Amino acid sequence: MRRLIVKRMLQTIPMLIAISIVSFLLIKLAPGDPVQAYITPEMGPTDIERIRENLGLNDPIHIQYIRWLKNVLKGDLGYSLVNHRPVLIQIKERLPATIGLMSTSLIFSMIVGIIVGLLSAANQNKLFDRIVTLISYLGISIPSFWFAMMLIFLLSLKLKLLPSIGMRTIGVHSTWDLIKHAIMPTLVLSIQNIAVIARYIRSSTISQLKEDYVIVQLAAGASRNEILYKYVLKNAILPVITILGMSLPSLVSGAFITESIFGWPGMGQLGVTAIFSYDYPLIMAITMFSSLILILGNLLSDVLYSVVDPRIKELN
Amino acid sequence: MKDSLLEVKDLEVTFFNRNGKVRAVRGINFDVKKGEILGIVGESGSGKTVTNLSIMGLLKGTGKVTKGQIIYKGENLLNKSEKEMLKIRGNDIAMIFQDPMTSLNPVFTVGNQITDVIMRHQKLSRKEAKKKTIEMLKMVGIPSAEERYNNYPHEFSGGMRQRAIIAMALSCKPDLLIADEPTTALDVTIQAQILELLKELKEKLNTSIILITHDLGVVANICSRVVVMYGGMIMEEGSVEDIFYTPLHPYTKGLLQSLPKTGGKMKERLIPIKGNPPNLANEIKGCPFADRCPYTMDICREKQPKYYYDGENHRGMCWLLDKSINGKGENHEE
Repeated sequence: MRRLIVKRMLQTIPMLIAISIVSFLLIKLAPGDPVQAYITPEMGPTDIERIRENLGLNDPIHIQYIRWLKNVLKGDLGYSLVNHRPVLIQIKERLPATIGLMSTSLIFSMIVGIIVGLLSAANQNKLFDRIVTLISYLGISIPSFWFAMMLIFLLSLKLKLLPSIGMRTIGVHSTWDLIKHAIMPTLVLSIQNIAVIARYIRSSTISQLKEDYVIVQLAAGASRNEILYKYVLKNAILPVITILGMSLPSLVSGAFITESIFGWPGMGQLGVTAIFSYDYPLIMAITMFSSLILILGNLLSDVLYSVVDPRIKELN
Repeated sequence: MKDSLLEVKDLEVTFFNRNGKVRAVRGINFDVKKGEILGIVGESGSGKTVTNLSIMGLLKGTGKVTKGQIIYKGENLLNKSEKEMLKIRGNDIAMIFQDPMTSLNPVFTVGNQITDVIMRHQKLSRKEAKKKTIEMLKMVGIPSAEERYNNYPHEFSGGMRQRAIIAMALSCKPDLLIADEPTTALDVTIQAQILELLKELKEKLNTSIILITHDLGVVANICSRVVVMYGGMIMEEGSVEDIFYTPLHPYTKGLLQSLPKTGGKMKERLIPIKGNPPNLANEIKGCPFADRCPYTMDICREKQPKYYYDGENHRGMCWLLDKSINGKGENHEE
């Protein structure tokens, strides 16, 4: 097990380098000019050229990349081109809010998805199952920004139940306040995952219920519930662990949209602002952090997989 | 029928589907005595498995017992609630199945699965139940049972798994064990070992066994009495000697002729039973075997025969046994 983890950790290094090259190129290829953030009406073309020279933007692209990489390896992620604060500090400020939102959403969608999926399979083709199926198709199809707007419209504007923006009310430091702010972003970020997980759990439970070990356990006096929640669940949960790894990208990208809509002070919101203002160092840093979260998430799901299924452990 | 542990009386099982009903079991009677091994023989679709699933109360889907009684120790199992049946399954009546490769849950250790069954039915701590599990694993002949306890099913071979499943089924010392084709998925040497084990455990624990099989060789090996089923009915019932030496029914004779014999002439051909089993979705007026029987008479297709007895415990359901029709039969009617 330890060897597996170390091996996978080492594999992430070339992966991260590849990701950084691609995103560096993409950013440079995108139209727009970061110098615009510096320009004031009094500046002439020579001033602009001087700024460009100072920022190293006139060097060939590979020199720029190597310079960036060297600094990163020294632990220096550079300074924001816009507000000139160190990138690392800005990310550190934003990271907890994002990780908090993402993990809450992940846990929430796992719990709801698994329970709904199991109940749905146990009541296959009955009313409950049909309603769940309908809702989960809606959940998969609805664009998250639209769902977010509808939630704000209904819960904040009409019913005035929940705050529509931010993470805290200014001057209030209660947990309840934080929870109230987090409900809608978590819902928006989770709805798709809940739908996907519920569908997967439903279908894998239905196929597991046809396995021989189910009738063997029935014949040994196990009740339907014991079979469903003990013997079948552990088998049915396997594909969900894979989905867990697969759903991380949508969580990360979902965070960009969701955080922007709800003014959630996380990395996603920071990223969107950075992209609009061509803040290269910040964009690069956020891309790298998001990739790191993704890779670690996938590693985690691989490790979990071999914990749940003894047959996988053997292969490693 | 005194000393009977289980009596199946006039049992009918019907499956209801969109196109109508399928009468899988059509009124059968048999009993299982204490400490005996009863073989139920028949080809696929003859109703063997359905009969035994009804005994367990585990008929799936649209299948329902439409008539009859299943008397276990004087009580009709068909009148029991699901909650009462939970206490009987695995504790009083246990069942083992055909395919040992899929009968165990792949993500729990073998030991754990047996311990769970013991704890479900007996008031034991996990530690005591574990001790008992290891005892059972030793009893069914699994070497170094303490280490094997923590193995997962995929670390067991097929024969070992079937042993573990037998250990699980017998862990609560049931009075009746239903073994549904327990050796079909195993290779021949392992088959013999498993049959030997069943025989040995029957002696040790005084468990009655219903052995479902399509293999007459298995029956000859360990059963004391045999029920031959065809088309959801019992064609013939008798002791192993009756069935093998003086079969009454043409179907039983056909089954015996299709068996390879040791010591027979080298070039002797096996004689298959021609045709296919009847479609149970159709109403069968006469004998279900009439279409494949080499001795079919007109009455066979019109009227269902009664049972004719040859001695007290040997009966067959065939018009040929009726001396008023056949002329030379010496059997008395029911």
